Amino acid sequence: MTPLLLSSFTATTCLGRGLTATRTALREQRSGLAPCAFETVDLPTWIGEVAAVDDQQLPASLARYDCRNNRLSQLGLETDGFADAVRAAVERYGRQRVGVFLGTSTAGILQTELAYRRRDPASGALPDDFIYRTTHNSFSLAEFARDYFGLEGMAMAISTACSSSAKVFAAAARQLALGTIDAALVGGVDSLCLTTLYGFASLQLTSSEPCRPYDAARNGISIGEGAAFALLERVDRARAGDVLLLGAGESSDAYHMSSPHPEGRGARQAMEAALRSADLAVDAIDYINLHGTSTPANDAAEGKAVAALFGDRVPCSSTKGATGHTLGAAGAVEAVICALALQDGFLPGSPGTRTVDPQIPLNYRVDRKDAAPRIALSNSFGFGGSNCSLIFGVAP
Amino acid sequence: MKAWLDGIGLIAPGLPDWATTAAVLRGATALTAAPSVLPAPAILPPAERRRASRVVKLALALGLEACAQAGADPATLATVFSASGADGHNCHALCEQLAGDDRQISPTRFHNSVHNAAAGYWGIATGATAPCQVICAFDASFGAGLLDALAQVAVDGQPVLLIAYDSEYPAPLHAKRDTPDCAGVALLLSPEKSERSLASLTVDATQEAAARFADPALEALRTAIPALRALPLLQAIATGRPDRVVVDYLPPMQLAVTVGA
Repeated sequence: MTPLLLSSFTATTCLGRGLTATRTALREQRSGLAPCAFETVDLPTWIGEVAAVDDQQLPASLARYDCRNNRLSQLGLETDGFADAVRAAVERYGRQRVGVFLGTSTAGILQTELAYRRRDPASGALPDDFIYRTTHNSFSLAEFARDYFGLEGMAMAISTACSSSAKVFAAAARQLALGTIDAALVGGVDSLCLTTLYGFASLQLTSSEPCRPYDAARNGISIGEGAAFALLERVDRARAGDVLLLGAGESSDAYHMSSPHPEGRGARQAMEAALRSADLAVDAIDYINLHGTSTPANDAAEGKAVAALFGDRVPCSSTKGATGHTLGAAGAVEAVICALALQDGFLPGSPGTRTVDPQIPLNYRVDRKDAAPRIALSNSFGFGGSNCSLIFGVAP
Repeated sequence: MKAWLDGIGLIAPGLPDWATTAAVLRGATALTAAPSVLPAPAILPPAERRRASRVVKLALALGLEACAQAGADPATLATVFSASGADGHNCHALCEQLAGDDRQISPTRFHNSVHNAAAGYWGIATGATAPCQVICAFDASFGAGLLDALAQVAVDGQPVLLIAYDSEYPAPLHAKRDTPDCAGVALLLSPEKSERSLASLTVDATQEAAARFADPALEALRTAIPALRALPLLQAIATGRPDRVVVDYLPPMQLAVTVGA
């Protein structure tokens, strides 16, 4: 693909609001995970909750969108000057020429879960103040962002579970390549809800301690929430040191609904497709941000795929011990972490990991390290066997 | 953006397949009111087949019909699934249980709750390892799916199977989202013209109003189920005449589709 410029980007997770909080936490190897005290959830697990989400007040004209997921969307958009960068792009290109491509797994389903507790005792009806379209529906965050910026062009939500907000980069890149848009607001927002907390627990995929990616004793994920965004534009606006999207690769496992292919077949296909898309050889990759959910199956399968393709040369780590697994937002969160690693010059470590699994022959980094990576690859894999790998670089 | 249309799948209330639908859209037969018929997915192993939900049956049947018409092997195809919602019945069961005292939901219910569940079953059933996209754009989901499918055809130079489908929510969610039944359309889109090609489709953005049906029954289907916003486009294809049709997308942006030979 033709490289694209990330002209602005931002991430808000349990590590804090925005790039400074994120880079500080990554530098200090700090985790944002804490024992679960979310809502009325009673589960022995740790979560990555974003502070002060429910303090966000949506504009009165957009009150119909009010729910935790869109509060988190607004919190994320109004960070690091990102919203102003979008407004400047709208000014530059026009309302019809800035597309919206956002990923999510559950959008605002928490709103529906809460509404089900307030059903009319006689009729069973949901409360009048519950609005399905602008809170629960998977499109709600993309429609919210489109209306928030007064856009009039292309918009879509991508919902492929935990690869959602990686795949938005690929979808936006296609439209930019074809010239149907001039800029794209891409990213992902997922917020804590009972469906995912109790759902992953039902699959015995949540850990009772902070998650330990690629650890020999890893035993499950820590669910997080997050909002991460990037503004994609053509590369002619890039200045030296800017972060570029160089490639994107997508594949399907065609294997199982909730388990990865044991040999990491789909993971490997996605990474190979990303390398082809970027026209790069394996030698070019300086850092891999792994999907690394900390389940026994994911890390083993992904580890096999990465080792088969890259051997043990490339430094790699999962940052989910820091942020938790932000599910549909993970692709965008980790794209931003790659961007920070490239711009600041460091290799992120893996908070939570104590003893790297000796069965997985990778150059796995537990500790953060100063370095000068030029090209980073980020993996995101989801339920249903949906895989996406992205490659980022720095403008010369 | 342009592609060649090689195969069509369609299921809607009173319209069990594309052949019936084409006859109705040509005016050769009348639309009869009937619930959508969702065939058992023969492609799934027997145990999965019995458990398959309505939305999975719908999506699989649509995709297989389009592939059969085009003589295409589903295992080789990239896919774009686009749906205005996920499995409504499964969602209701989850929310009902999570509102009660026993929140220990079933793992199967949970993995079936993802928006890409039907896409996941498609992959397992067909063995297709190519990229699989899953989109939601509420009432604009057909248009959003068409935009990404055409972009994949153009950028990757490979055929893409678009499956746009919707299903109903049971009460009490039905009062908040009143999609009446399952329905959808599958379009197999190719970068090159072949002996299979039914028409070429060229899509441009416009702000014109979408085409409507004079027939109230067809117009009711078009507006009630998001994937059936495609029906005016399918009418142009069914009649076999070059035409330009505006289909609903995301106001004020609509899609003008030029149907060529």
